[in-house]
Amino acid sequence: MLGLIVNPVAGIGGPAGLAGSDGADVQARASQRGGASRAAERALTALAVVASARPGIRVLTVAGPMGEDVVREAGLEPVLVAHPPVHTTGSDTSAAARALADAGASLVLFAGGDGTARDVAEGLASVGRVAPDEGGRVSRPVHGEGLDTLAGARYSTGGVAGGLDMTLRAYSTDGVAAIGIPAGVKMYSPVFAVSPRAAGGIAAAWLVDGSLPLIEREVLDVDEAALRRARVEPQLYGTLAVPYRPGRTQARKAATPADEFAAVRAAARGAASALRPGVRYLLGPGGTMSELARELGVSKTPLGVDVVLDGRRVLADASERELLDEAARGPAQAVVTVIGGQGFLLGRGNQQLSARVLGALGDDPLLVVAPEQKLIDLGGRPLLVDTGDADVDAALAGFVRVITGQRTTSIYPVHAPEHEGEGHAP
Amino acid sequence: MSLPVAPKPALRRFHQASWDEPIIFELSTPGERGVLVTGLEAGVRDAVGDVVGDLPAGLRRAVPPALPEMGQMRVLKHYLRLSQENLGADFNVDIGQGTCTMKYAPKVNDQLVGTPALTAMHPLQDPADAQGVLEIVWNTERMIAEISGMDEVSLHTQGGSAAIWSNIAMIRAYHEANGEGEQRREVITTIFSHPSNAAAAKAAGYDVITLYPDADGYPDLDALKRALSPRTAAIMVTNPEDTGIYNPAIKEWVDAAHGVGALASYDQANANGILGITRARDAGFDVCHFNLHKTFGTPHGCGGPGAGANGVSAALAPFLPGPRVVREGGADGSASSARFVVREPGEQSIGAVAPFFGVVPNIVRAYAWMMALGADGLRAVAEIAVLNNNYLLKKVLEIPGASAPYATGRRRIEQVRYSWQELFEETGVTSEEIGVRASDFGMHYWTSHHPYVVPQPFTLEPTESYSMAELDEYAAVLAEIAREAREDAETVRTAPHRQTVHHTHHDDLDDPERWAITWRAYQRKYFGIPADSTEAAA
Ligand SMILES: Cc1ncc(COP(=O)(O)O)c(C=O)c1O
Repeated sequence: MLGLIVNPVAGIGGPAGLAGSDGADVQARASQRGGASRAAERALTALAVVASARPGIRVLTVAGPMGEDVVREAGLEPVLVAHPPVHTTGSDTSAAARALADAGASLVLFAGGDGTARDVAEGLASVGRVAPDEGGRVSRPVHGEGLDTLAGARYSTGGVAGGLDMTLRAYSTDGVAAIGIPAGVKMYSPVFAVSPRAAGGIAAAWLVDGSLPLIEREVLDVDEAALRRARVEPQLYGTLAVPYRPGRTQARKAATPADEFAAVRAAARGAASALRPGVRYLLGPGGTMSELARELGVSKTPLGVDVVLDGRRVLADASERELLDEAARGPAQAVVTVIGGQGFLLGRGNQQLSARVLGALGDDPLLVVAPEQKLIDLGGRPLLVDTGDADVDAALAGFVRVITGQRTTSIYPVHAPEHEGEGHAP
Repeated sequence: MSLPVAPKPALRRFHQASWDEPIIFELSTPGERGVLVTGLEAGVRDAVGDVVGDLPAGLRRAVPPALPEMGQMRVLKHYLRLSQENLGADFNVDIGQGTCTMKYAPKVNDQLVGTPALTAMHPLQDPADAQGVLEIVWNTERMIAEISGMDEVSLHTQGGSAAIWSNIAMIRAYHEANGEGEQRREVITTIFSHPSNAAAAKAAGYDVITLYPDADGYPDLDALKRALSPRTAAIMVTNPEDTGIYNPAIKEWVDAAHGVGALASYDQANANGILGITRARDAGFDVCHFNLHKTFGTPHGCGGPGAGANGVSAALAPFLPGPRVVREGGADGSASSARFVVREPGEQSIGAVAPFFGVVPNIVRAYAWMMALGADGLRAVAEIAVLNNNYLLKKVLEIPGASAPYATGRRRIEQVRYSWQELFEETGVTSEEIGVRASDFGMHYWTSHHPYVVPQPFTLEPTESYSMAELDEYAAVLAEIAREAREDAETVRTAPHRQTVHHTHHDDLDDPERWAITWRAYQRKYFGIPADSTEAAA
């Protein structure tokens, strides 16, 4: 069954010029400035597509503006699983996601932005989502033409494009999937359909075809307070299993597009074969680094920096202090991928790899690994470093060689925006 | 009094023929025959003996092949129907197949190569009986040498990618001959150079380094300088790139490569916009290749056999692939004493990458095409192709939602890689979907090589062959589909509606378990019917 959650305050801060809508005081300021949420309207557009494919079906949802009103307006039949208070918060969204799953929803359609996605992911995580099917078939390309979701940052109303470090595992199709109806201010997470209609189309296909293939997508969010001060620091908060329609094409001259997972794996393999014995490798966070660890046969903390030496993990989730100690023990190199939607190599989500640590790593401190698509998704913008130390940043700026596959690299420009007075705010 | 004539609509009311035609194997009726061959006369049988019995046992079939059994008329109808379910180069405004140089391949040249003077020839024929054909091959070689500025040319390869492979194989052989084979392990290319360059380098065992454009959208010379080192074997670039952007600093690129002892290889498959205007050798390139089946007016790809031409400087000449046609004698200036022979590849040559000395029908077509145009005509081809392209560029940019990323505001050479990203963000309609919808208007459309560096890409190359009216028609189709995407996206997303061809699912093409490129593979993979034991597995 289909479940629906509408975040009734999603997007309220956008038109009001606020960098998001999280928090009661921001919402109050937004409404004072005449902000209004378009979440209900957008959810209705999506449901209209569902209604034309499946007239009158029952939809699991939440009482009042969190779903019931829209379901009725679309001419569908609401089945209420939760009754939130008048002024709802993120925890109501989490609770609703959980309740929808418990009531038997197989696909949760949610209207909102990154904050909503985060709450949905949290709610679904607590009921145990779809399990990765390690042995199964790998999902289809995410950048393929048929996929109806969009790397969130490209869509973000903040105008910040970006390639996201996605962990890609194939999924079995039972369990709870989710897809976002884009209605927020920030949408960095690639869990949103490209448009409300597209979200509705996917939901309709889900209901008509029984199920669709799923791909695990990262839920990212930025600290809005920091964003309002023109600093963007996307953080990884979890993942959702997102359905997509398999690609289709009529004419094709090009070779088969390497699918996203294969591309990450190829980059990881390329990096694995570049590692040398006797060197301590400081593996940063992100899906590509997790894949590299998998190639090396070691486990990896997804958000931490782990140290690998001669095929063994010698330290997990290391602090800056511990990394300095490791660097003092012998030759060492940091291995990083592109973090978040903005192309940061250093200074976002991996602050353990500090200027001091980098300084202790010698002349060639950085090995950068990323599938080509991540560079492409930067849309021509440079990679960025921000270690907080002008000299270290200056040494890293220029060009970097990025390992994109086995025996393939790309040369890509690196800037140090903090020290060039070059803003990168939305 | 004149009859009232309904004005022709701006957009064609195209509809593809659809015959629901079965596969020919399904049309088989046991015992049905097209031609009944009379039995062997006794005298003949006695004279030739048991021909089949003389074949080696391993070549003899145990059971007859499972061919369809059909009357002639049914075979004829079958293939005519299939031929109508087609959007061939001779039907549509084929400019949407950018990078393929879909120009008019003159029919008279097809007729030439269809005459017995050519069809009855065999590559193993005694050269003494094939002087005319060999002379055409040799003359074509000389013309390509003149067009590229290179010293020597080989017409041996059978396609662009094979020619690119030969380029890097020659470069590898050259470095090995100089004792630098071990040292030079890297090849540098750009993200908008044709991907066959990176692929060939990789297949030749090199590490491949890809460069991105600079802030202005041009190939980044600083990035090149960062990438070059004594480990560099070659730079392999396309110019203009697949975006239609010409690298104005190409001479500096070549000089920088030479500065570290590397060679420079030029993919000139898309030379249509520079014919008679710039030459590879003048920019210092050591090797280059052309696709005769693009620039030189012979049919392309699935529309006909390919033919590559490799040009090199004198230093690389010993490494050219072959066999090749060479001229002997005639040094006294008298053409009559010259003889053309087929020379096997020499000691240092990379050898044969295909059988024989070239795809003769295409070489003859290219020769005829060049001879018909003459030197001034070749230059006019380039000028008109560039003019057409920039006219179309202006028309396309007038369509809301379309853009031409990189080198914004500048003119392009012979093609443009456009983007529908704005339209996509507004409507969710993808370039692939627009391409499928374009076929409803009887138009071919192509996106881009993968990966899609330009988001929601499409690549148009109008060549010199298309008229202004045809370019207008094509642009009108795109404008109409963009309007539909905004007002009626479902029509675009569910296209095609007026086509024989339905959707093809990627997954079935990408999965070795599921792809079926022969009838037998289809039977085996989808119906579990085991391959006939006498047939090779597909
Ligand atoms: C620039 C360029 N190089 C090389 C090729 C490959 O040529 P072919 O298709 O004959 O292998 C193409 C054709 O698409 C091309 O456009």
